[in-house]
Amino acid sequence: MQLIPCPWCGPREEAEFHYGGQAHVAYPEDPSALTDEEWAQYVFFRDNPSGPFAERWSHSAGCRRWFNAVRDTRSHDLLAVYRAGEPMPEVAS
Amino acid sequence: MTADLTSPLAGWTDRLAALAPALTVSEVPFRSQLTVRVSDPGAVAAMGSALGVVFPSVPCTFTAGEGEFGAVEVLWLGPDEFLVVAAPGLQVPIEEVLRGALGDFRGSVVDTSAQRTTLALEGPHVRDVLAHGCSVDLHPAAAPVGVCVQTLLARTGIVLLVTGEDRVMLLVRSSFAEYLAAWLSDACAEYRAVA
Ligand SMILES: [Zn+2]
Repeated sequence: MQLIPCPWCGPREEAEFHYGGQAHVAYPEDPSALTDEEWAQYVFFRDNPSGPFAERWSHSAGCRRWFNAVRDTRSHDLLAVYRAGEPMPEVAS
Repeated sequence: MTADLTSPLAGWTDRLAALAPALTVSEVPFRSQLTVRVSDPGAVAAMGSALGVVFPSVPCTFTAGEGEFGAVEVLWLGPDEFLVVAAPGLQVPIEEVLRGALGDFRGSVVDTSAQRTTLALEGPHVRDVLAHGCSVDLHPAAAPVGVCVQTLLARTGIVLLVTGEDRVMLLVRSSFAEYLAAWLSDACAEYRAVA
């Protein structure tokens, strides 16, 4: 059982959370100006690092808030969690 | 003609009572429940004084007080979300009062009384029984009186309130109540054997 520290509720079992993919993917400022290829990049293409990765998580069985987490994809260690709207903290990888 | 009210666990009264003395379990049906979304501190304070109870400011806690509507509990459900719980039949006047307190601030007050029923649990084994299906640390040091957590109990979404050293209230969705009652009966089995 992995514990994920919700920024509001504290450490909770992983089963209480839903994964939301890469964090900080900004919606295009002018979507209609994008080419099909640029739109496809925005919708479908995500980073796939070996190491720290900023992701969105939802505490769906708890406070139901979205937040961001930096997870090391090699070890599944959660290096940092932070509330939506806050900048990504520096982490040592 | 209006149909008679039947609580989600009306058929479980005897089976739940039979769990004593390992655990005293009873349903507290039909309580008035209002889901409140509000973030402005002034509106939160105004709602609190209208009900006679200060809204909880600490995540995963609840507050209780007494006012115009009798005993009222306010549960923290999220940074801008609360559940107001009171005696049965008060949802309409409480909704009016809370909407008045909200005024022009952004927010919502919704009657969700039918969404959940309440189970009152009491007994020296209450934390042990719940630990069979709940990953939240329920040791009195980690979950003292006043704690209110939303979590999973035997994979069912619940709101768990610690109301006393050996007392817990569980709020469960009405359609999951019978499943939870059956699970509780099973989880109590080993404590009944030694009781
Ligand atoms: Zn949470």
